[in-house]
Amino acid sequence: MMEPATKIIPADSVGLVTPQKLHFAEPLTLRSSRVLEQYDLMVETYGTLNADHSNAILICHALSGDHHAAGYYDANNPKEKPGWWDRCIGPGKPFDTNQFFVVCLNNLGGCAGSTGPSSIDPHTGKPFGPDFPIVTVRDWVNCQARLADRLGIQQWAAVAGGSLGGMQVMRWAISFPNRLRHALIIASAPKLSAQNIAFNEVARQSIMSDPDFHQGRYYDFNTYPQKGVMLARMVGHITYLSDTLLREKFGKSSINESNFGRDLRKGTLSFGFDVDFQIQSYLQYKGETFSKNFDANTYLLVTKTLDYFDPAVDYGGDLSKAFEPSQCKFLVVSFTSDWRFPPERSKEIVDNLLKAKKDVSYLEIEAAEGHDSFLLPIPRYMQALYAYMGRVANECNGNAGGQA
Amino acid sequence: MLRADLQLIQDWIAPNSSVLDLGCGDGMFLAHLQRTKQVKAMGLEIDAANILACINAGVNVLEQNMDKGLKNFGTNSFDTVVLAHTLQALHRPDEIVDEMLRVGKYGILTFPNFAYWRHRLALLRHGRMPKSKQLPYEWYDTPNLHHCTISDFDELCRSKNIQVLHRTVVDDHNQSSALMKMAPNWFGINAIYHLTR
Repeated sequence: MMEPATKIIPADSVGLVTPQKLHFAEPLTLRSSRVLEQYDLMVETYGTLNADHSNAILICHALSGDHHAAGYYDANNPKEKPGWWDRCIGPGKPFDTNQFFVVCLNNLGGCAGSTGPSSIDPHTGKPFGPDFPIVTVRDWVNCQARLADRLGIQQWAAVAGGSLGGMQVMRWAISFPNRLRHALIIASAPKLSAQNIAFNEVARQSIMSDPDFHQGRYYDFNTYPQKGVMLARMVGHITYLSDTLLREKFGKSSINESNFGRDLRKGTLSFGFDVDFQIQSYLQYKGETFSKNFDANTYLLVTKTLDYFDPAVDYGGDLSKAFEPSQCKFLVVSFTSDWRFPPERSKEIVDNLLKAKKDVSYLEIEAAEGHDSFLLPIPRYMQALYAYMGRVANECNGNAGGQA
Repeated sequence: MLRADLQLIQDWIAPNSSVLDLGCGDGMFLAHLQRTKQVKAMGLEIDAANILACINAGVNVLEQNMDKGLKNFGTNSFDTVVLAHTLQALHRPDEIVDEMLRVGKYGILTFPNFAYWRHRLALLRHGRMPKSKQLPYEWYDTPNLHHCTISDFDELCRSKNIQVLHRTVVDDHNQSSALMKMAPNWFGINAIYHLTR
């Protein structure tokens, strides 16, 4: 079959998009007390900001995401995959670009164009590497607020995100209570569990023990700790999927009787340490693909950002007190098979919102796909997003800001 | 148009108060209260279609099974807690009544009266579990685990020192009658209680 010379972009896609790099010259004091004198943020927007600037939506990305949340870059590449949340952002999709002005950015410390460890430190003329400050969710949200100022957005109609993105949403509701009307917190947690931090530590050790890591100065050695990043991603990837899903994908086929229901790659055991099972090659493929496109220092940094997130620390460990100033309405969503941030973690968020007497709705979606469910078109989840964002759109069209 | 029993109980809900509806269905009752009385509303529901309907209606809804308790709700955190036509389907109706009156200052509760004369007659004549418009199920597939009568519920309130502020006994069309007032446990089809501690 012939591939078309130019690809056919689906009608419900935002189409071809172009990111823009915005420079911020005002120094930013970070949570660590260190100061970033200036920085760039890579930003993508979809849809049109309305006259009273009331229809803006901020989408916050998770660990490995970036500013490219929807649409395509290359009209001539039929194999190009759309942005990471293309299923939810576009004309007629839950974050309907006919209704909303949708903003997504690569967070500070990232490796997709915003200032991060692989950027050049103007003081040395070399990449920051391990000297790039550890940034927290609070720092990210402070940057995002400056971005909102730059775009002329006083109040977001909604701020939405899954996983680490959901943590940014919580921080928005706590730090900038007047600047959002709705908070969508999906597959997230009020802070990491010891087990979550443990997995992050394995990921960090994998990277730091790679001989090509050079204490994070691998740029100077013209090398890259690809094996370490690959291992880090492999262990991370296991936590994004569920046992049920892996069984469905890899536990069913039986090529011959000796595989005992396990999915053998070549149909026979090697009695060596080569790849015997499909899951091994699948994981290696996932890790390898990722490691080619992601900066090791950013990976290290973002796992720390996750570990450090805990908005209750400023309130004696009482998250409900943190939420007290919040004025927005909340939608919290969890997925039954998510064992990275299981439903109990979302319920903690909900219970603290209840205690703070906030408007909140909570859904626990039956899904087999684990933590990654938040990126997938699970019908009940999509319906809920459509319904909720439909209400938000009505508010924007009717009486913007009046409902909050 | 509101279900008739909900028409009756809305009079007991003060404007600008807070209401928790246990088993809030499609959220229409809470949406109505939000519109007409500016209440701060929250519903609990476990049915996916109902939860979606609540979101569409702009009603706060939590996917939570009340049979597992209301521990996540603070004491006196709501003015009124509503439980409409669900009491008999819960594992421990007595415990949920306690919880309703811990979480809410007032409780509003409705249930079908099992001692309605037609039910009594059906059991007497046929010796089989009564079926009716209110109780349409077979004994083996009914969601109703703990049927009770008006006298049973009055006794429960007495034993728990629960104050009955109002008790209305009505028929299928939510009408009361002299007969129902005279002998509620014989002639009442549905019972509606307004409770407090």
